[in-house]
Amino acid sequence: MMKLSEVIEAIDGQALCCKDLLDKEVKFGFSSDLMSDVLTLRDDDILLITGLANIQSIRTAELSDINAIVLVRNKAANQAMIDMATDSDIMIITTKYSMFKTSGLLFDKGLSPIY
Amino acid sequence: MQTSFPVAAGDFTKAGAASSEIKRMLKQLGIPQKTIKRIVVALFEAEVNVIAHSYGGDISCDVTPQQVEIRVIDKGPGIPDLNLAMKEGWSTASEEVREMGYGAGMGLPNIKKNADLLEIHTAANDHTDIRMTFFLDGDKEQ
Repeated sequence: MMKLSEVIEAIDGQALCCKDLLDKEVKFGFSSDLMSDVLTLRDDDILLITGLANIQSIRTAELSDINAIVLVRNKAANQAMIDMATDSDIMIITTKYSMFKTSGLLFDKGLSPIY
Repeated sequence: MQTSFPVAAGDFTKAGAASSEIKRMLKQLGIPQKTIKRIVVALFEAEVNVIAHSYGGDISCDVTPQQVEIRVIDKGPGIPDLNLAMKEGWSTASEEVREMGYGAGMGLPNIKKNADLLEIHTAANDHTDIRMTFFLDGDKEQ
């Protein structure tokens, strides 16, 4: 398990909203741009790592009970994304690192894979 | 209690809006989180299908103490080969839909995995009618 504050530190990230969730813990990491794949996950406490910076990634997280999303490679979140995430208690974190490096850093810190 | 929502074709900015409303309602009714997740994931898959493939449709949700029944009916091309559509990876989604992160051919199989009962009636160049039932007396084991 990792606290979201530890996730942010590990990937040199920045939280864009829901900073009250810094102490929330995540157990699994799942890296994907394919929201169809995210919707097949049954575990709880998942951190979604994605390059898909649009309203669909936030909606998919909301409907899958995912409370934190990392947007890699400095992908920007627009205001509609931030508003939806705030309404649904989802922290959006941005990092300059690639999906590969972000996943590697978090794997190294103990975040578990699902498959 | 029963509620229904219209779903417009092609408007991906609103994709999931109806599913989100129904999720809020199910939470207020005190339905267990794991059951809500199954219902909402299956519903969202169906909602995305209506937006991606049909000319528009309606979602209705009927909750009784025993079960939640979701019905998604659209006007549209129908599903020409239902057996193929139930196979993981089979998809007729457009490039635009895929760019949104959907259209990987996992929607109907995922609905089947999450619902306790699934009935699909479809007619080519007319409609698709999906009825999914979720029992409230114990969560489906996978």
